[in-house]
Order: sequence, then C-alpha cells, then structure tokens
Amino acid sequence: MNYSTREEGGYLVLDLEGEVDLSCSPDARKQILDALAKGKNLLVDLSDVSYIDSSGVASLVEGYQTAKKAGQKFGLVGVSEAAMSVLKLARLDRVFPIHPSVEERIREDG
Amino acid sequence: MKTQKLLELRFQASADRLCLIRPLVKRVAEVVGCQGDLADQLVLAVNEACMNVIQHAYKGDETGEIVLEILNNKKKLLFRLKDFAEPVDLESVQPRDLDDLRPGGLGTHFIREIMDECVMGHLKDAQGNYIEMIKRIS
Repeated sequence: MNYSTREEGGYLVLDLEGEVDLSCSPDARKQILDALAKGKNLLVDLSDVSYIDSSGVASLVEGYQTAKKAGQKFGLVGVSEAAMSVLKLARLDRVFPIHPSVEERIREDG
Repeated sequence: MKTQKLLELRFQASADRLCLIRPLVKRVAEVVGCQGDLADQLVLAVNEACMNVIQHAYKGDETGEIVLEILNNKKKLLFRLKDFAEPVDLESVQPRDLDDLRPGGLGTHFIREIMDECVMGHLKDAQGNYIEMIKRIS
C-alpha cells in the first residue's frame, strides 16, 4: 500500500493505493487517526485501492466513529469496485458517506 | 465422487505472507471455473481465515505455521486451513451483529457470507485448529 495526502476545499484528502491488508492497515489507521487528531476534516480516496480486507475496513470504521464523536467531517471518495464490493458485503456502503470524487463532496457541502 | 487436491501451501503466520497467498488462491478459483466477483470473494474469505489464525490463534507469533489445502470435485471447492497453535475457544469465533458498528469482527461475517459451509474444530492428531470452508461450484 502507498499513501499520500493533500489539502483540498477544507479537507485533508488521504489517497490510499494498492492492497490494504493486515500488513499495512495499521499504517492506514495511523494516517487516518493522526489527520483527525489535528482537527482536520478527512476524505479517504479509495479510487486506487485494488484490495481491502476487514482490517482495512476496520481502520475506516474507526476513522468514521472518531470523526463523528469529534464533530469532524469524514467521508470516502472514488471508491474502487474492489473496495466497494467489500464495503457492501459488510453493509457499510449504507453507513459511510460516499461520494464519486472530492470535487463532488465539496460541491455537496456548498 | 473423486476429490483431488489442487494446492497445498505451508507458510509462516505472518501478515506479509498474505499478498503471496491471494494470487494463488485466485488462480485456483479461476482454474475451476470461478470467475470475476466470485473468485475475488473466495480470495477474501481465505485471506480472512488466515488473518484469524495470525491474530487470534498465534496471537502475532510469526514463527507459527499455517497449512492451506485446496481440494475440489465437480461440485465443491474446499479450502482447509490448519494451524498448530493452542486450541482456540470455538464459541468465541462468531460473526458480529452488523448493526453494532465497531472496528473489527467482520472477518467471520465475510467467511460465512461468502462460503456455503464453514466448519471449525481442533486437530485430533496434533495441537492446533482447523477451518474447512466449502463453496459449491456446480
């Protein structure tokens, strides 16, 4: 898994890329929780995620819950087909705010 | 009905082995006719079962070993995973209620959702545990 961050429209965007599995999900979790600890609104871009397992999904759930508790915005953008099928299996596609792109999310925020 | 062994792998109970196992499982699934989403789901289920062993049976001890066997006949694909860790409490391996939103606990749900049958137990001839996951492919 590779990751990078960028700022866009009041959000910190965390781009995850490649396979998010048990060997690297602790890194993904740390990036998510560190961003939220800095008080950022966070979007996680999953468009280049080719595989995600339950440990990766758990990092997203923890981020979502942490943000909600702190009153920060959190969402997923550009969710790849591979990631979406796993989220659907966990029925989390109905829980996470999911948008096609960062721009779309920002537009929706108004 | 004749059952044949398609693959047997023995590997360390380490998270960084999972990326080596997944492509092999996917290829086997494809060879027996499971394509696309189904092949991907089978890979996910086997990955999750391996993760359970790494995290809950060996509790992070990477010197432990896992044996993965994949067998098939015309109707079924069987994934058998064995470890040699202390026997786990089988009652504790349960899928969580999906309405109870919390990190973790999804692996067993994925396995049960994807596979048609799933049996867990303790090895009889040695210390350890096994899980057998069956997918009907006819």
